[in-house]
Amino acid sequence: MVKKEMIAMLLAGGQGSRLGVFTSKVAKPAVSFGSKYRIIDFPLSNCINSGVDTVGVLTQYQPLRLNTHIGIGIPWDLDRNIGGVTVLPPYEKSANSEWYTGTANAIYQNLDYMESFNPEYVLILSGDHIYKMDYEVMLDFHKQNGAEVTIAVMPVPMEEAKRFGIMITDQDHRIVDFEEKPANPRSNLASMGIYIFSWKTLKEALLTNADQPGLDFGKHIIPYCHSKGAPLYAYEFNGYWKDVGTLNSYWEANMELIDLVPEFNLYEEYWKIYTRSEILPPQYLAADSVVEKSIIGEGSEIYGQVYNSVIGCGVTIGAGTVVRDSIIMNETKICGNCEIYKAIIAENVLVEDDVKIGVGEEVPHETDPHIYNHGLVAIGEKSVIPRGVTIGKNSVVFGETSAEDYANGSLPSGKSLIKAGDKK
Amino acid sequence: MRAIGIVLAGGNNHRIKELTQKRAVCAMPIAGSYRSIDFALSNMSNSRINKVAVFTQYNAGSLNEHLSSSKWWDFGRKQGGLFVFTPAVTAESSVWYRGTADAIAQNLAFLKNSHEPYVVISSGDCVYKMDYNEVLEYHIEKKADITVVCKDMAPDVNVDRFGTIKMNEECRIEEFEEKPIVANSNTISCGIYVVRRRQLIEMIEKCAEEDRYDFVKDILIRYKNMKRIYGYKIKDYWSNIATVEDYYKTNMDFLQPEIRNYFFRQYPDIYSKVDDLPPAKYNTGASIKNSLISSGCIVNGKVEDSVIFKKTYIGNNCYIKNSIILNDVYIGDNTHIENCIVESRGTIRANSYHKGENGIEIVVEHNDRYVI
Repeated sequence: MVKKEMIAMLLAGGQGSRLGVFTSKVAKPAVSFGSKYRIIDFPLSNCINSGVDTVGVLTQYQPLRLNTHIGIGIPWDLDRNIGGVTVLPPYEKSANSEWYTGTANAIYQNLDYMESFNPEYVLILSGDHIYKMDYEVMLDFHKQNGAEVTIAVMPVPMEEAKRFGIMITDQDHRIVDFEEKPANPRSNLASMGIYIFSWKTLKEALLTNADQPGLDFGKHIIPYCHSKGAPLYAYEFNGYWKDVGTLNSYWEANMELIDLVPEFNLYEEYWKIYTRSEILPPQYLAADSVVEKSIIGEGSEIYGQVYNSVIGCGVTIGAGTVVRDSIIMNETKICGNCEIYKAIIAENVLVEDDVKIGVGEEVPHETDPHIYNHGLVAIGEKSVIPRGVTIGKNSVVFGETSAEDYANGSLPSGKSLIKAGDKK
Repeated sequence: MRAIGIVLAGGNNHRIKELTQKRAVCAMPIAGSYRSIDFALSNMSNSRINKVAVFTQYNAGSLNEHLSSSKWWDFGRKQGGLFVFTPAVTAESSVWYRGTADAIAQNLAFLKNSHEPYVVISSGDCVYKMDYNEVLEYHIEKKADITVVCKDMAPDVNVDRFGTIKMNEECRIEEFEEKPIVANSNTISCGIYVVRRRQLIEMIEKCAEEDRYDFVKDILIRYKNMKRIYGYKIKDYWSNIATVEDYYKTNMDFLQPEIRNYFFRQYPDIYSKVDDLPPAKYNTGASIKNSLISSGCIVNGKVEDSVIFKKTYIGNNCYIKNSIILNDVYIGDNTHIENCIVESRGTIRANSYHKGENGIEIVVEHNDRYVI
């Protein structure tokens, strides 16, 4: 008989639209992070490091990169005879076929998957946070308190509490009330979107609320369990936890990795973060290269100068080029004599010679200032930037551009030049 | 596939000195990210050979650790797989492998139980990329009994540690000398052979009956006039690492762009066990010139013309030049290392000074390391 004490369900279907062009062709959990990783590597590695060897990954938006990245789970030791990682897309049913309409709806549609493992507990995770957490400790907490639902929370500054779902607890950590994005928060314990449910409680709640449109954990399932009087507990987490939902927070979280001793330390011997490594060779730094305060992935070749940057695997940076305060993802090639400041450049981009990126005055973005801001330049995957052009701040380029696309050889600050994807 | 593979990985070699005190030659780290045996195994895998035996004997621990899973070379298969044969006490035999032919003889069941018509044999201490199918085609075309892959060495290379070959114009081998004192040919055997499986079984059995144990001496040289033994010349990069000088030079070769490009960027790739180390990190004060740096390294000092293997820490104000630093070495502040090979897992105290004056110095230091 198949039996797993706790299985994990990882919600990886969201687009993450505030990451702009970077999630135009890729689901947010598959966006690369910290040179060689992808965001989903963090929850997946946490699972295997916590002894959770059965993980259902719920996908929906642009799943190709995510599917190839996960494969059969070899990098995370999740290739198992029983359990392991299973990718769970929405599927057609004889009646009532639908997309995943909400977080809890996605889980509801996979009741059969969960049931097949006879679990005692189900761990619900989201695929868009950077953190290291031992879910086993959280499970012990759940058991000790006799909880039916345990919600991981972390203390946030009081003035920021109004951006989160806030849990109000008694002295025994039992949740007495909660409020979603309250104007006057009564507590600073923010929900991290990580839940442990006792299986019976979860199943009953999902079946009872199945008809609720857009069935959501925060909006429907947790309030339902609370109203029924089930014991809900808050598990306080005090480690590093970063939401990388906006371009600026994504950029900042990457830049934190290059500090002398980063708060989020990837170099610790224990609690390794695993990822699919397609590129193995060492990196080469040429005789005229200068690299300071940066991290660089495998197989990259640096002939120019790199300062305060996060460089992926298989990247080439040509002679005479200066890269500062930037993120450059896998397999991108920057040719010679370029200047690149505060840019995020996605995978497989070609930047030809003598290009300047991130220069000029800071002007708010013309249509999406809530996405492209803080002076960052965003360049989407497989883009081509032709020789000699200049690109301003708060701007975005996506697709194979040619010299004709740049009036007077430049793209001014705050402008978009999008020739690929869904033209957003 | 038409062939099975054998990788000869048993050897030790005094010419590589201290470096094999803790590992077999085939487990020597190469080019920052690899081990020597990765090249033979990747070539096998890329030539679509599914079933491979590795014969290992001397100090096999580190090699076994590297081969703990066969999935990195794509050998985790139902059809085929990776088989590691160390000497074992059996009803028939209770001796170590007394030579390469003896190693095969003691595991003859592996050959007998296969159905593929050919066998590709490679030594595990060579750095090269090769499609064995091309040698196999050549072997069939020449109607050869054994094909020996060979290479013309530059005239100034001392070949007295190799087998040297003389061929006629049809490439049939007429002379084969093992480790000649005075070589009369600069064509050497690369330790890569193709032979028909039944032919190999027959020769190995005959050898064993006569208490002969060495594949080169007792098969290639002894049979060279009786059997049709042909040479297949390779023109691409090939290097044997079994002396300190050659090991050093082979690693340094990877600082040349064409060699890096050939091995790292051209199809097919070389595979290795994945170590899941974080990206290399360069702090303020780091300065790296013409060097290879592997994942998991943290660099604070100066590195020039060197190959730094995985997970090495280089302290502030260090100066590393013309050196090879093997895996997981900690180098304390203000250290000077020049013309050295630093053994893996070493801990070098701050303010140390190591310089190879006449050739390469091998540094083995195991001081206490304080891990925060």
